[in-house]
Amino acid sequence: MMAELGLAALWLAAALAGLQLVAGALALTTRGASLGAIVRPVAFVQGLLALLAFLCLIWVFAQTDLSVKLVALNSHSLKPLIFKIAGAWGNHEGSMLLWVTVMGLAGGFVALVERRLPEPTMLATLAGQAFVSLGFYAFLLMASNPFERLNPVPVEGNGLNPLLQDLGLAFHPPTLYLGYVGLSIAFSFAIGALVTRQVGPEFARAMRPWVLGAWIFLTLGITAGSYWAYYELGWGGWWFWDPVENASLMPWLAATALLHSAGVLAARDALRAWTVMLGVVAFSMSMIGTFLVRSGILTSVHAFAVDPQRGSFILALLAINIGGALTLFALRAATVTEGQRFAVVSREGALVVNNVMLTAILGIVLFGTLYPLFAEAMGAKVSVGPPYFNPMGALFAVPMLVVMAVGPVLRWRRDTLERNGKALALPAMVAVVGIGALVLIGGVPLLPLLGLSLGVALIPASVLPLRDRDLRRTPLPIWGMVLAHLGVGVALIGMGSESAFSVEKLVAVHKGETTHVGPWSVTLADIEPVAGPNWTALEGVLQVSRGKADPVILRPQSRNFWAPPQQTAESALLTRWNGQLYAVLGGEAPGAIAGGPGDGRWQLRLWWKPFVPLIWLGGVLIALGGVLALLGRVAADLRRIILRDKIAYRRERQGR
Amino acid sequence: MAAAGGTGLKAKHQRLILLAVAMVVLIGAAILAIWGLRNQASYFYVPSDIMANRPDPDRAVRLGGMVERGSIRTEADGVTVHFVVQDGKATVPVKFAGIVPSLFVEGSGVVAEGKLGADGTFVADNLLAKHDENYVPRQMQDMTKDDARKVVAETR
Repeated sequence: MMAELGLAALWLAAALAGLQLVAGALALTTRGASLGAIVRPVAFVQGLLALLAFLCLIWVFAQTDLSVKLVALNSHSLKPLIFKIAGAWGNHEGSMLLWVTVMGLAGGFVALVERRLPEPTMLATLAGQAFVSLGFYAFLLMASNPFERLNPVPVEGNGLNPLLQDLGLAFHPPTLYLGYVGLSIAFSFAIGALVTRQVGPEFARAMRPWVLGAWIFLTLGITAGSYWAYYELGWGGWWFWDPVENASLMPWLAATALLHSAGVLAARDALRAWTVMLGVVAFSMSMIGTFLVRSGILTSVHAFAVDPQRGSFILALLAINIGGALTLFALRAATVTEGQRFAVVSREGALVVNNVMLTAILGIVLFGTLYPLFAEAMGAKVSVGPPYFNPMGALFAVPMLVVMAVGPVLRWRRDTLERNGKALALPAMVAVVGIGALVLIGGVPLLPLLGLSLGVALIPASVLPLRDRDLRRTPLPIWGMVLAHLGVGVALIGMGSESAFSVEKLVAVHKGETTHVGPWSVTLADIEPVAGPNWTALEGVLQVSRGKADPVILRPQSRNFWAPPQQTAESALLTRWNGQLYAVLGGEAPGAIAGGPGDGRWQLRLWWKPFVPLIWLGGVLIALGGVLALLGRVAADLRRIILRDKIAYRRERQGR
Repeated sequence: MAAAGGTGLKAKHQRLILLAVAMVVLIGAAILAIWGLRNQASYFYVPSDIMANRPDPDRAVRLGGMVERGSIRTEADGVTVHFVVQDGKATVPVKFAGIVPSLFVEGSGVVAEGKLGADGTFVADNLLAKHDENYVPRQMQDMTKDDARKVVAETR
């Protein structure tokens, strides 16, 4: 029953999205103006219905109702409950349902609370949101129905990919989706503003909290995804330039640029057309990411469906949405009037550098991600990796980071570097000392060297905007900016240190034998068999110690899942203030005769990674900065609304 | 406010200059991307390609093929493996130091990422074993829940 209820709710939600689109569009004409009143309620109910459908899906997964095809294909009755529930979105159909749910809820929320913009712009915005939603509803209902029944009912489900049976899965996709789909609001606002030609500071102020919210979730999602890949894959790396990682990085780059340009538009009424275009680009990147991940065109742990029909469907959706939005932009961009002027050395100037560089990095990542697809269409198999992304990205990231150290202390409109020379001397000195020290140490490659020295210079530079300020009266968004920029510095130090100073050791050892990695000595005390609910494993008992300290026990596992059968390496991590010890257990070293018994030694892969946790700490700081800024903006909006109501109330009273 | 910003520019001119700067940087990025991709993209080879057209020794490439039966040999250190990848027409010896993926067995498909050494041995830094997520070994296909529990219990 629940499956049918979910399907019915989904159809109803799709119908309401259609109504929202038609009513919103008609309400913009003089004859249909009376329809305007229903748009907001319809948007709200549509979001609730999508949520109901999603809750139904979670219900059938929690019950392991194997008569639902999706459950039979992706779940298993012996899985722990949390993974049964997380399994609801750990597959193609479920994740698309999550997508439309988030999109519906976000649209409903906007309809409920956003009252700053002129009503026609809001109607156009909600109609735009409904248009995009409608495409995804059609995709779900026609090409990937999550509630399809199966007859006969199988005895047992196929299980979930073991790599995905991790707590990270419970939170990683919903977080990223909130980010991806949150950007659809920015997209719809941009459409609305273009349709009604209302591009100004008000538009930027209305859009900014939504972009900020989506950006916070994207930042957290990427940070969590990176940490997940780091400890779950057992390869010791934290970013692989995998197409799916790039798919999440591209919207983040665009959203970061959008956030900064919306700041310029809100405060100084400049960069109008550019901001609108970034609004379109940011969500387009989300959709391209979804296309890459969901179309099965890429092989990866994230690519669920290998179904050409779905690929073409998403491609068509992409073409309609992005093509339509860009056409609208091309038609209307000329009518968006010029904004205010500013000098090259000014806050605006620095933010333009930020925007252009972020967009250039976005282009580099986009090209590198799509190139293998084009090459394959031409008949050549190509894969693009770090040797392309790292130097090409750094070429634009390094100047951007230098400007980032300077920009926040500049005044709006016009400033001079001389005025800020004294303040900026400290970060500049730190950077020079950093470069000097690293050159003296020697053996540090160029990119980590730049990353480390820029990172340490950014830490004093990012707190500079707080000088000469009364800290108790400093508005929250300023604190947010300082914290986020500080986070970038911290993350850079982590990245640089990881790639410059990591030590790796690969050995085969007998039980009781000791090996060394960095400052640590590691003894393989024992190998024990262990079992979980749906896996069995060999667990290495490692006694690790540094200097004369008491040993700590680390337990890396080599797990065998049997539904579906797959082996995964569960790494064991030991975190200290100055780094992380990372241990992976391989198999028994093969004996002299191939296929014969092993020789009693066990393969161990060990890393000592100095300061590597700073990478994710930095990511969390960046997101936290976003949260502070969002709180500040929302609080200011609330204060203004309350004040306006008070004034209106007094006027009313006096009028009487 | 004619000298607003002190730039002496009209708003329209400033817009054009901004547009030009953005275009120059973005086109620069595109050109760099194309140049970088032509140079850095790691290409996918099968053994007969390598024989016909050897990649440069310091160039990162991917080698795909089947692991030749009876060719896997482990060095005395217990972690360095040597094996031969073949595609039915040609063979390439491969050396890899690390923990091999569980689905890496003789006769299975493999993709090795690394560089071709001057001596003709392919030095891999990473091995990807091709596998199918929906693959079920025959002996487990008819397994009931109780059997499955028993297997878990036995290894406990």
